[in-house]
Amino acid sequence: MTRPNNLILRTTTSLIAFLLLGFSIYLFFAGHNAPGGGFIGGLMTTGAILLLYMSYGINTVTKMLPINYIKLIPIGLLVAVATGAGSFLFEVPFLSHSFGYFHFPLFGEVELATAMLFDLGVYLTVVGVMMTIILTVADDQ
Amino acid sequence: MIYAVFAPLLFAIFVPWISKFKDRIHTGTFVFIIPFIIFLYFVQFIGSDFNPIRQTVNWIPSLDMNLDFYLDGLSLLFVLLISGIGALVVLYSIFYLHKSEKLGHFYVFLLMFMTAMLGVVLSDNVFVLYAFWELTSISSFLLIGYWNFKERSRYGALKSMLITVFGGLSMLGGFIFLTIITGTTSVQAMIDQVDIILASEFLPLILIFILLGAFTKSAQFPFHIWLPDAMEAPTPVSAYLHSATMVKAGIFLIARFSPIFAGYEGFFIAVSLVGIITLCWGSYMAVRQTDLKGILAFSTISQLGMIMAMLGFGTQAAVFAAVFHILNHATFKGSLFMIAGIIDHETGTRDIRKLGGLLTLMPISFTLALFGTFSMAGVPFPFLNGFYSKELFFDATLGLEGVAWLAEAIPYLAVFGSIFTFVYSMYFLFGVFTGPKHLEQLPKKPHEAPFGMLISPIILVLGVILIGLFADKVNQPFLLHAAQAVNSGVEYHEVKFWHGFNLPLIMSLIVVAVGIILYLTRTKWNGIYNTLPGKLSFNRVYDWIVEKLDQYSTSITKTYMTGSLRTYMSLILGTTLIVTAIYMYITDGFAIDYSNLAEITTLEVAVVITIMIGAVATLYMNNNIAAILVTGIVGYGVSMLFVIYRAPDIALTQLVVETVSIAIFLLCFYHLPKLRKREEPVSTKLSNSFIAIGFGLLITLVGISAHSSNWYSSISEYFLENSYKLGGGDNVVNVILVDFRGLDTLFEITVLGIAALAVLALIKMQKKKGAK
Repeated sequence: MTRPNNLILRTTTSLIAFLLLGFSIYLFFAGHNAPGGGFIGGLMTTGAILLLYMSYGINTVTKMLPINYIKLIPIGLLVAVATGAGSFLFEVPFLSHSFGYFHFPLFGEVELATAMLFDLGVYLTVVGVMMTIILTVADDQ
Repeated sequence: MIYAVFAPLLFAIFVPWISKFKDRIHTGTFVFIIPFIIFLYFVQFIGSDFNPIRQTVNWIPSLDMNLDFYLDGLSLLFVLLISGIGALVVLYSIFYLHKSEKLGHFYVFLLMFMTAMLGVVLSDNVFVLYAFWELTSISSFLLIGYWNFKERSRYGALKSMLITVFGGLSMLGGFIFLTIITGTTSVQAMIDQVDIILASEFLPLILIFILLGAFTKSAQFPFHIWLPDAMEAPTPVSAYLHSATMVKAGIFLIARFSPIFAGYEGFFIAVSLVGIITLCWGSYMAVRQTDLKGILAFSTISQLGMIMAMLGFGTQAAVFAAVFHILNHATFKGSLFMIAGIIDHETGTRDIRKLGGLLTLMPISFTLALFGTFSMAGVPFPFLNGFYSKELFFDATLGLEGVAWLAEAIPYLAVFGSIFTFVYSMYFLFGVFTGPKHLEQLPKKPHEAPFGMLISPIILVLGVILIGLFADKVNQPFLLHAAQAVNSGVEYHEVKFWHGFNLPLIMSLIVVAVGIILYLTRTKWNGIYNTLPGKLSFNRVYDWIVEKLDQYSTSITKTYMTGSLRTYMSLILGTTLIVTAIYMYITDGFAIDYSNLAEITTLEVAVVITIMIGAVATLYMNNNIAAILVTGIVGYGVSMLFVIYRAPDIALTQLVVETVSIAIFLLCFYHLPKLRKREEPVSTKLSNSFIAIGFGLLITLVGISAHSSNWYSSISEYFLENSYKLGGGDNVVNVILVDFRGLDTLFEITVLGIAALAVLALIKMQKKKGAK
């Protein structure tokens, strides 16, 4: 990638990227009750990271976020499968979900669902997949 | 009985081990025991008071397919032929095949064939019969191609395989019909239900199917062409399979089923006509051959035709003559093949033009050949069994009832065929053993064969003489039962050498007289063969069929397997279009229900028009970036539609996915080829646009039609009600994705993961150019 003097881009990126990351995390958590979810959240996160890559270049971002995206794929899949298999412990069919309401300090009454764990798997996989594909393609000569 | 059938096959397992010591003891010595024991086992059943025996071993009882063996007179005749001649052939092969040959292969194939053949003649279950039948085809294929380094052997093996398996399969079709009609798989039970079969409207079809099976196997006209080419097999094989046993399987089949079909006139016409044509054509063609085994092959064809014709007549005399001739033919033809093999073995050639004057060099062979050929020709001597059956044949041709023109023509055709039989028999005998010697032309210096090799033909010729001398001793306790199995009305009548100066004897004398004249003047009329058959030959038809099949299937495959993905795509879409459209038309699927439609808003119209413009514009873009961006219009327009139709999750996803895919497109730019206008003929453009527009229309119609036929209420009510109650979420789409239908999501992310890994693999692990 060429390095023109793109100060404006970098400044706005550092702002927007974190807004995007925040939004993606909001989407992920909101998924159960409002539009959003693991898939769209993952895509948004990818978008935020991509923006960083585009303005700062591969080397900088790799230092900043030393994540092996390829490993995210099996991790995400593992989380999803483990969530599903976890229902065996309670002698219910594969992928049976449960939910409950808990009181936390600071957050108050919060609904926690095992579906959220599954969604986390989706989230991680999507981030891993999208980043792998885009980085691989971009890296190719 | 089942042990007798499977003994050869079981013994075949040990042959490879035995053949390891072939340098010390010839493998055939051990193999010989098996058919000999089987022969001894079955000999004990011969007797005047013989009654059919049945033995059943379960195989697939639920399908009514059991190893159901039924030994009646007819089967007994055949099992004795198979095991008896089998033993003699093995004995002969010990001296014929050199120890350097692949003896293990030979005896395994031969034993396999023996089991198959015993199974064919003993099976009462039609499907078991069929299984053994195909096993004979396969083992015969292997035996013909035994010297597989010879091109002619491979050609002959393939030819016999194609023709006999074609017949075998059609026979299976006939069997299936019979089983459906009668509800049983047993031949004997079918014979009991002959009325049902004769009343069936499928009768002609069944008859054609089964006759095809029998005619191809027994080398009947015009399927006889595989037999001369099968002569590339080792001579013991020719003697065994192609004279005594396998080629009689078709005869056996006809005999076995003739109690069923005898009441049907088509059977008489088809079998008699084909048989008599085969008799004439085979004997006529035999005179033309120059190869000893070629003469014998056509001779076998013609003799089989004669037996077939007699079975077609179906009268008592004819049936009796037929079974009598089956036995006689096996004896003299087996011995003649062995003598042909001896001549080949001792002189190095089978070409009758090079042979001659062997009488003084090979006197024993000459004596044996003399009895064999004279018996084959039907020369009236009391010690030749061929004469008796030929006399009975002439007797049977007279006074036939049935189709008048055929019944009247048959005696003349029979005499005609027999005259040529006489001519080629004399030609075989005197062509080889008399006349000038050409010793310098022969590859080997001829001398008499070793005694071991002569044992088998001597035994067979003794059979010829003994049956000739004491015909009644064989007929009364043995052949009568066989004939009665074919036609239960057959009564015993004595076979006498002299039964008065009657028409059959006159026919015999005509045959001998004209035959002698024709043989002596052979060189003068031999030119006839240049006009008939001349170049006409069914071999050419066969070669033409095989070649054209190959050629046309190649060219047909080439027309649609072009390698062009465009062609495949238009074929797939075109086929889908036509099939679906026809189906919808037939089932009245185009009926459209206008009720229950929502109102159309301006916003929807605007978005849809934008999408349409985007879609159409994509077709006319000449630039990569423009094409991708214009495609983006469609994607974003669709997400707008999702917004309008209140699907926020899908709209979001669509928006982001569209963006990401455009981004990936842009990333791949460097590698993409420049878009260019394809110059295509108008016809391709027309057909492409026809398929594209047609398919679009079809999908639209299918969509509308699906909307119009709302059969069951939707499941969505359930999800709406229970999303919060059971899933703990208000976002119904998300609850469905992760909870109600979580499994789908699980596998979709797996798909994504695989796609990512595939991209990684494709790009990172690609080999450098030039690398292997």
